[in-house]
Amino acid sequence: MTHDLAMGGFTGLYIFMLAAFTGWVIIGRVPAILHTPLMSGSNFVHGVVVVGGLAALLNAATPLQQTIGFLAGLLGAGNVAGGYAVTERMLAMFHTSDAKTAVHPHHARHHAKHAKKS
Amino acid sequence: MLALIPPFIIGAVDIAAAFLFMFGLKRMSSPVTAASGIRYAGFGMIAAILASFLYVFSVDASARPHLLVNVALAILALVVGGSLAWLSGKRAAVTAMPQMVALYNGMGGGAAGAIAAVELFGGRIHGPTALIVTLAGALIGAVSLSGSVVAWAKLDGVLKHPLRVKGLQIVNAAVMAVIVAIGAVIVVSVMTTFNIVMAPPLWIYVFFGLALVFGVLMTLPIGGADMPVVISIYNACTGLAVGLEGYVLQIPALMIAGMMVGAAGLLLTLLMAKAMNRSVANVLFTKFGDEPKVAKGAIKGELKPTEASDAGVFMRYAASVIIVPGYGLAAAQAQGKLYEFVKLLAASGVSVKFAIHPVAGRMPGQMDVLLAEAGVPYDMIFQLDDINDDFKTTDVALVIGANDVVNPAARSDKSSPIYGMPILNADQARQVYVVKRGQGKGYADIVNALFYADNCNMVYGDAQAVLIKMIEAVRGLTSAAA
Repeated sequence: MTHDLAMGGFTGLYIFMLAAFTGWVIIGRVPAILHTPLMSGSNFVHGVVVVGGLAALLNAATPLQQTIGFLAGLLGAGNVAGGYAVTERMLAMFHTSDAKTAVHPHHARHHAKHAKKS
Repeated sequence: MLALIPPFIIGAVDIAAAFLFMFGLKRMSSPVTAASGIRYAGFGMIAAILASFLYVFSVDASARPHLLVNVALAILALVVGGSLAWLSGKRAAVTAMPQMVALYNGMGGGAAGAIAAVELFGGRIHGPTALIVTLAGALIGAVSLSGSVVAWAKLDGVLKHPLRVKGLQIVNAAVMAVIVAIGAVIVVSVMTTFNIVMAPPLWIYVFFGLALVFGVLMTLPIGGADMPVVISIYNACTGLAVGLEGYVLQIPALMIAGMMVGAAGLLLTLLMAKAMNRSVANVLFTKFGDEPKVAKGAIKGELKPTEASDAGVFMRYAASVIIVPGYGLAAAQAQGKLYEFVKLLAASGVSVKFAIHPVAGRMPGQMDVLLAEAGVPYDMIFQLDDINDDFKTTDVALVIGANDVVNPAARSDKSSPIYGMPILNADQARQVYVVKRGQGKGYADIVNALFYADNCNMVYGDAQAVLIKMIEAVRGLTSAAA
């Protein structure tokens, strides 16, 4: 694996800028009622660090690097699995009082509007 | 030509994963689509993890002899780490969600720090930009790891009291300055291959050690009620660390996911701080509630205790009730009993709503999840702005385990530390019942004028026990009538 930084610094900054903007806009619309699952969900998403941990581990050349690389994989896998388990559980709990018409787009939008203000 | 295939597959899978992360989070912006959102993100994650094994085709020459061992270690790490965390996540009580999220978040930060360590020890990082980005990610990741573990310990009750030592802020600033200086030493000595006092690997150990210490020192003084802000911050920090290490490893999927979460965490942090009318710096660096903050002579009246059964019967004959839950409800695991009581009231024709303060509980939105677990439909749950005007036309406000978020001093008393914080206007209801374990003050150690108000009665006891008595009293009425 090469670390010549084929992707230049400015390209990196462009990616960071667009991703940050995306995260800000998406989360700005989430109603306050979903803040905990959302946080847990975003916690799961940064668990993709496990991919980096595996890449580092596969390139480990000494026992020290292997140990730390193993740790990276272990912790990353914990982040992914734990994050998914708690998020899925929490989201499964939300339901409306009228179970038959589960879709309340108006209601959801109403909450979303206020999430920004609070 | 064949050598180009694995990188192409990795690239294609990663870009699909990045899209699924964004799409999944987008779907989480409504309770209706949220459950599918996490599944989309999950598909992306599994694909990205499987694809990462294709890196075996492009490992460094130095790592090639170890490839079999490394692949075995990778599978072992995934299986062990994944299954342990999965089981703990499935088994944890819903009231324990804040500390579980803190724990998994710390793991992510630790993974980012460990990646940086492997790359640094492996000598694979060259050039000032790459070195600085690696070290910055390492620092943020390590702080997020140890800080999150301390946050977990506080939330789980392992650490009971915030540690407040005079001059800790100065110590923290000094530690941070030393960490930055060591970072500079590492950059210079790696680039010039010239040992400054000691060889770079030793400096790297010290760097990580101090970063972990900093995370602990930083988090220890912060108290329980400020945890929503702290958890949000460390979530943002881990995201940032993941993004930075993603740049070092040249994996855009990590950069996108990390930075997206970083920005999202920052936004949530600001929302939480705003809901407390404090700046983020104020939450992190001030010793909140240290000095006695009792406004002299401001409180008139006395505490008026009443029986749980009386309060229960009173609510049964009210036209409207608004319930204000707080951390005490979670601590007593009383959400199920609360909804049972609410269903009884609703069956008798009482209009019942829940009012949620943005910082009620120990993480943003914790009360919403707690009530959802009990089976409360989310259209009965209202946020501060949506419901605050309703209190003055409501018969009864039932405050359960909440304190500072209903303290009228926030509106009127300029000397109060929570002055200016938006509160729920529970005091404007015709009758207020406050369910509380004892006469102690809230987290912020501020006397709550609401408790002494003429229209307020205190119901002392564990929330669960109190609600059981209320349920029995109301049931007794129905059976007596029949």
